[in-house]
Amino acid sequence: MSLQVRRFDAIVVGAGGSGMRASLELARAGLKTAVLTKVFPTRSHTVAAQGGIAAPLANSTEDNWHWHMYDTVKGSDYLGDQDAIEYMCRRANEVVVELEHMGMPFDRLENGKIYQRPFGGHTQDYGSAKMAMRSCAAADRTGHAMLHTLYQQNVRTNTQFFVEWMALDLIRDPQDGAVLGVTALEMETGEVVLFQAKATLLATGGSGRIFYASTNAFINTGDGLGMAARAGFPLEDMEFYQFHPTGVYGAGVLITEGVRGEGGYLLNKDGERFMERYAPNAKDLASRDVVSRAMTTEIKEGRGCGPDKDHVMLKLDHLGPEVINHRLPGIREISIKFANADPVRDLVPVVPTVHYQMGGIPANYMGRVVIPEGNNHESIVPAFYAIGECACVSVHGANRLGTNSLLDLVVFGKSSGEQMIKDIRALPTPHRNLPKDAGEYTRSRLARLDANAAGERVVDVLTDLRRTMQAHCGVFRFPDDLIEGVKKIKVIAERAGRTFISDKSKVFNTARVEALELDNLVETAMSTIVSAEARKESRGAQARADFPNRDDKNWMKHTLWYKEGNRLAYKPVHLKPMTVESFEPKVRTY
Amino acid sequence: MKLSIYRYDPDKDEKPYMKDYDVQLEHSDRMLLDALVKVKVMDDTISFRRSCREGVCGSDAVNINGKNGLACITKIVDLPDHVTIRPLPGMPVIRDLIVDMTQFFKQYDSIKPYVVNHDAPPERERLQSPVEREELNGLYECILCACCSTSCPSFWWNPDKFVGPAGLLQAYRFIADSRDQETAARLDNLEDPYRLFRCHTIMNCVDVCPKHLNPTRAIGKIKELMVKRTV
Repeated sequence: MSLQVRRFDAIVVGAGGSGMRASLELARAGLKTAVLTKVFPTRSHTVAAQGGIAAPLANSTEDNWHWHMYDTVKGSDYLGDQDAIEYMCRRANEVVVELEHMGMPFDRLENGKIYQRPFGGHTQDYGSAKMAMRSCAAADRTGHAMLHTLYQQNVRTNTQFFVEWMALDLIRDPQDGAVLGVTALEMETGEVVLFQAKATLLATGGSGRIFYASTNAFINTGDGLGMAARAGFPLEDMEFYQFHPTGVYGAGVLITEGVRGEGGYLLNKDGERFMERYAPNAKDLASRDVVSRAMTTEIKEGRGCGPDKDHVMLKLDHLGPEVINHRLPGIREISIKFANADPVRDLVPVVPTVHYQMGGIPANYMGRVVIPEGNNHESIVPAFYAIGECACVSVHGANRLGTNSLLDLVVFGKSSGEQMIKDIRALPTPHRNLPKDAGEYTRSRLARLDANAAGERVVDVLTDLRRTMQAHCGVFRFPDDLIEGVKKIKVIAERAGRTFISDKSKVFNTARVEALELDNLVETAMSTIVSAEARKESRGAQARADFPNRDDKNWMKHTLWYKEGNRLAYKPVHLKPMTVESFEPKVRTY
Repeated sequence: MKLSIYRYDPDKDEKPYMKDYDVQLEHSDRMLLDALVKVKVMDDTISFRRSCREGVCGSDAVNINGKNGLACITKIVDLPDHVTIRPLPGMPVIRDLIVDMTQFFKQYDSIKPYVVNHDAPPERERLQSPVEREELNGLYECILCACCSTSCPSFWWNPDKFVGPAGLLQAYRFIADSRDQETAARLDNLEDPYRLFRCHTIMNCVDVCPKHLNPTRAIGKIKELMVKRTV
């Protein structure tokens, strides 16, 4: 029995900021597009972004894309591809102004222009001590404002959403490796359908749930990464996982860097503003890797707060109720709910918390997936695209600057849409033939879950995976921990192959969904820890105790991890921008 | 704590039933969602929606001891020892705590939830004063969780004809936006015995909104505008 096949011009998997920016472009061009999403679009994790979206609009301080580009290259610890970074920074004003025209409710300045606030690592004049006000904000709900605006525009264009459909596996053409579509599970009925298209875009977001303490939503399970890895594609720079300095202690919920942009700062148990020692210029607005390491060092050296001295404090009360209620209302709500602390008068306990995956499916700045082939490091995979957190373009390199993620979503959402339209229109009218065994792999995965009456419980394997990653692959990484961690994750991966679920129902079976998500989490965790163990240097978010320095001579290169045999390969960083001079690597201080 | 949870799987159950669970809480369990996740560890056959676990995505709206709310920001310490959890009222149940929200989103779509401006877009942002922007506060923050509409008796009776508090709050969000030019058409779209005027200011919506928004006030403002344009 073969699967039902549905044919479209384009498939977008994921309806967060990047997926819906791409689908908007496709729908406006009149292409028959299916957007598959495992949650209703406005439930996507873009909704949780708080502080803002970067664009050098210069509404409050002098600014331009050259400075933004410099900050992004430096923030990336020189691992970002400079052509892609130039592309993103040059299109920033355009895409943010478009969001405003779509109706996004940005905060405003007295003159009616978009309100902008300072953010970590964003400076004026190529890294001077003066911070740039570059983060365009809708209070501290910028992601919510952006995601809803993009959904509303997709309502207007009548985009066809397949809500609560979970994409499971990619279908490839055995001849040239092109991607022909995906298999997907309709959660409500349990039905599996093959979606065929002339262009397939993955916009599935990150995988922060591989760690025990994470700011990420339950749904961030690296689905696109798992699909790509199982289909034989490499994953790039997965060792670079960002710890956000201010997750609520004990709960993990995010507190935006925007609080420090508005003037908040961190204190240790002695009441010392310790960031002055680590980053004399930018202080609490140094980039995230720097602040997270400083906090971890304070805690490690006994200057943490609380009975266990295991967190630090965020001070906001000096900003006054006016600023807090007006610019940071969501943060006040979160602090009261999750920390029992009202920032208007109390200190808020915080701790570095896993937040963002810099790595992902290797793609260029038009969203096309690129893989090594022969002597070409970046051969284009026909009909396959990836954007947003699941992709590695690479604009964030080894460490992302705050507010560059929302920008990444809309810039590459738009550019990938433009590229797909061009590519689809250049193709002959009929779809290619599907391979005879298309969908068989997916069916075997589901059949195993249906048949197994005993084995490993999904929740046990998942908990062990998350605890292992937390203990072995943290802010500071130690060689023995990494080696041991790789061994443990390999055992966990084997266990994940023996999972069983007691729920065999066809109807909205969330146990089945969680078992399928576990397969994706396993691939992401494995790629992260294997890549981290292999990289013998410290750069951006990867801080190794045994190799404390950046090593440009040996490690100025991107990692590529392949599922098969846990093989690693490397490819050069694009040091040459599109039109301007390269930014040469320097010692990184803030 | 003891949870009684509504269970129904159309694949195997003839009719819905309530099932009791004793949950051993740990120190780190703060919110009702933490307890629900614990239940799922004991019994993987229970289905509910959840995602952000911080009250911004709107996935985990359920009926808690008779009142709609988000499980992820409902503190366990604020609840009695025995809590009854049911799916949102008035919606078709797909399974357990998962309801079919088609009608709710249809009503949202029906108010044309997007800014319409016929002028050629300027090169830079359209200007909007802080005072004009202030008008959107208390409106744009809606997370479409449906706590309000599914607590509204008028919506229970006429989910196909009455827009409901969530949809009407958003209708006013676009009327109130200084950049939107379609106020007249938006009012026309609501000029109907059901779409707007089925609101009888019962105010359940205000009582349950987890984001502390006030749909009744927004509905009142739309009604005022209707009156204004007839005199």
